[in-house]
Amino acid sequence: MSTEARNPPPQIALKIRRLLGGKAGWNGVAIQFAFAAILGWIGYEIVSNARANLENQHIAAGFGFLRNNAGFDVNQTLISYTGSDTFLRVFMVGLLNTLVVSVVGIIFATLIGFIVALCRLSPNWLLSRVGEIYIEIIRNLPVLFQILFWYLAVLAALPNPRQSISLLGIAFISNRGLVIPSPIGGSGLQPFLAMLALGVVASLALRFYARRALFQEGRMIRIWPTVLGMLVGLPLATMLVFGLPFTFELPQLKGFNFAGGSRIIPEFVALTLALSTYTAAFIAEIVRAGILSVHKGQMEAGASLGLSRGATLRLVVVPQAMRVIVPPLTNQYLNLTKNSSLAVAIGYPDLVSVFAGTSLSQTGQAIEIIAMTMGIYLLISLLTSAIMSVYGWRVSRSLGA
Amino acid sequence: MKRVTLTLTLALAAGLSAKAADAQTLKTVKDRGMLSCGVSQGLPGFSSPDDKGNWTGLDVDVCRAIAGAVFNDPTKVKYVPLSAKDRFTALQSGEIDVLSRNTTWTISRDTSLGANFTGVTYYDGQGFMVKKSLKVNSALELNSASVCVQTGTTTEQNLADYFKANNMKYEVIAFGTNDETVKAYEAGRCDVFTTDQSGLYANRLKLANPNDHMVLPEIISKEPLGPMVRHGDDQWFDIVKWTLFAMVTAEELGVTSKNIDEKAKLENPELKRVLGTDGNFGEQLGLTKDWVVRIVKAVGNYGEVFDRNVGAGSPLAINRGLNNLWNKGGLQYAPPIR
Repeated sequence: MSTEARNPPPQIALKIRRLLGGKAGWNGVAIQFAFAAILGWIGYEIVSNARANLENQHIAAGFGFLRNNAGFDVNQTLISYTGSDTFLRVFMVGLLNTLVVSVVGIIFATLIGFIVALCRLSPNWLLSRVGEIYIEIIRNLPVLFQILFWYLAVLAALPNPRQSISLLGIAFISNRGLVIPSPIGGSGLQPFLAMLALGVVASLALRFYARRALFQEGRMIRIWPTVLGMLVGLPLATMLVFGLPFTFELPQLKGFNFAGGSRIIPEFVALTLALSTYTAAFIAEIVRAGILSVHKGQMEAGASLGLSRGATLRLVVVPQAMRVIVPPLTNQYLNLTKNSSLAVAIGYPDLVSVFAGTSLSQTGQAIEIIAMTMGIYLLISLLTSAIMSVYGWRVSRSLGA
Repeated sequence: MKRVTLTLTLALAAGLSAKAADAQTLKTVKDRGMLSCGVSQGLPGFSSPDDKGNWTGLDVDVCRAIAGAVFNDPTKVKYVPLSAKDRFTALQSGEIDVLSRNTTWTISRDTSLGANFTGVTYYDGQGFMVKKSLKVNSALELNSASVCVQTGTTTEQNLADYFKANNMKYEVIAFGTNDETVKAYEAGRCDVFTTDQSGLYANRLKLANPNDHMVLPEIISKEPLGPMVRHGDDQWFDIVKWTLFAMVTAEELGVTSKNIDEKAKLENPELKRVLGTDGNFGEQLGLTKDWVVRIVKAVGNYGEVFDRNVGAGSPLAINRGLNNLWNKGGLQYAPPIR
């Protein structure tokens, strides 16, 4: 008599059926295939129709224009760019400008948002009123108006370069932006960077080890003196051996503008200010809602364990609130990124301004350029959502939910 | 399956209607009872609305002349204000019938946009405007300057060429509309404002203290400005082209909006041909015999249009210069009407 376990009935076919056809079974599969085919056919028809029409009207089509010379200049480029570079390069320059303003805006918006939310929740009457007024004013005014306000306010408040405000003679503020000394790599740059990286990696490893020791064996290990030594001491030591890692190039007034140094243009400042303060008002309300969603019994439980108010917030309340905060927070990050396309109003060279604006009118290839721009915005938004989803998932998992 | 059929019908309808899009512009305009004309968002002398919303300017008069020729009524025009970067898309998509918006004629625009230039209404060139207090006398002294420019223009590319050719550095700040550009220049964001020279004079009038600003002598480019129509409708192309020629011809013959009725009575063979009492050139264009009379009554001859909008009779007071008739030292020349 055989004692082998009975094989489970073949379920794979069933699973595939479920996957494709839902509860309707194979019938559902057929309908879905037909639907996909029709969608595909409609898409094909739209593309071929547009092509035929463009050809009829002798409008240039295709992506060949990306290899042509752009022939115009851009005033903020994170990668090297001149007028004799291609439209593809313009696309990259615009994309990076959009990304940098979005990332910086998101960081500031989150910081300001959390601070304002804590103000609003504070038992201090004055602080909570200030938070409330901030939120009610900022979120009820159109963002384009705020961008223009900051731009004109920034420009109006600042003098021309010849009368610029000097900060200790090394940095200068004028209506052309903030000029700061720029670092130029010296002989000691590579060993300095290598040591810095080594210090960071070693510190992270040490922290991991210390946390394991704490959680699994209940041992407290004091690591900060070692970390400080590795992060500051190691690079300092290499500096003594190999010489200075970089020297600073000081900006100097030459003719109309400052030459040398790095410059932050006023358009960038105005746009970042407007976007981050605007989005922060929404984030503050989201954070407040998240914190209020945690039952006040949690706060009391923390207090009964002898935790301070700050520690209870940090260790008990905020981690639970994050579950509620993350999804709407993602929306705000996406909004900020998309709102950055209003940059064109103040002459900040973002993707919409230099690519969907200038490049479009220089080449006239509206369909290709708008499609590329929409595609990249979609990609940015989906990536942001994905990152935030992973973060939200980790938050939930760490709570054991 | 009902939904599938519906989608199919929709898709078919979309495909078919889009294919029928290359229309007869003249017929469309007549059916609509209105000429749809793309103009600027406000450039004094060329196209700008007054406080009552009436549009005036050289480019506007081209629209009025075409409406005069088609409807015998120069007011039957719908003006569509367009920024520099939106103008070609509006023409390609059929939103406007003619683009009359100080647009420079270049080979790339003529060949790759699916549109054609019909002629030159104003011979212009790019210049620079600076504050007098900067004490600059030549564009060659502009090394390291910040320059404000409107995005999507030939100006933006000429600027890059000029500074590169003269080995000078500069910073460009490009704005979406003319007004934003002028405002940023006035706020001190840049040292220099650049556009076509006629535009510099026009925009200078918008500044708080026009006399604090000066236009530098250099002209760095050729900017022949003219109207554009969609490619592929030869009849409409001819109508717009010959409307311009009719205005120039009228000036050559000394026909003005004031004396046209007396001129029409004269026994001069050329006048009779042009004014339609002899021959049927207007009908061959798809218009009426008295098309030139209609145009001149609507806006006057080219000289009158120029003087009224940008020349001696306007605040801009620009000299005729290149825009004088060919037999008076300028470039305006019309092929014969015969």
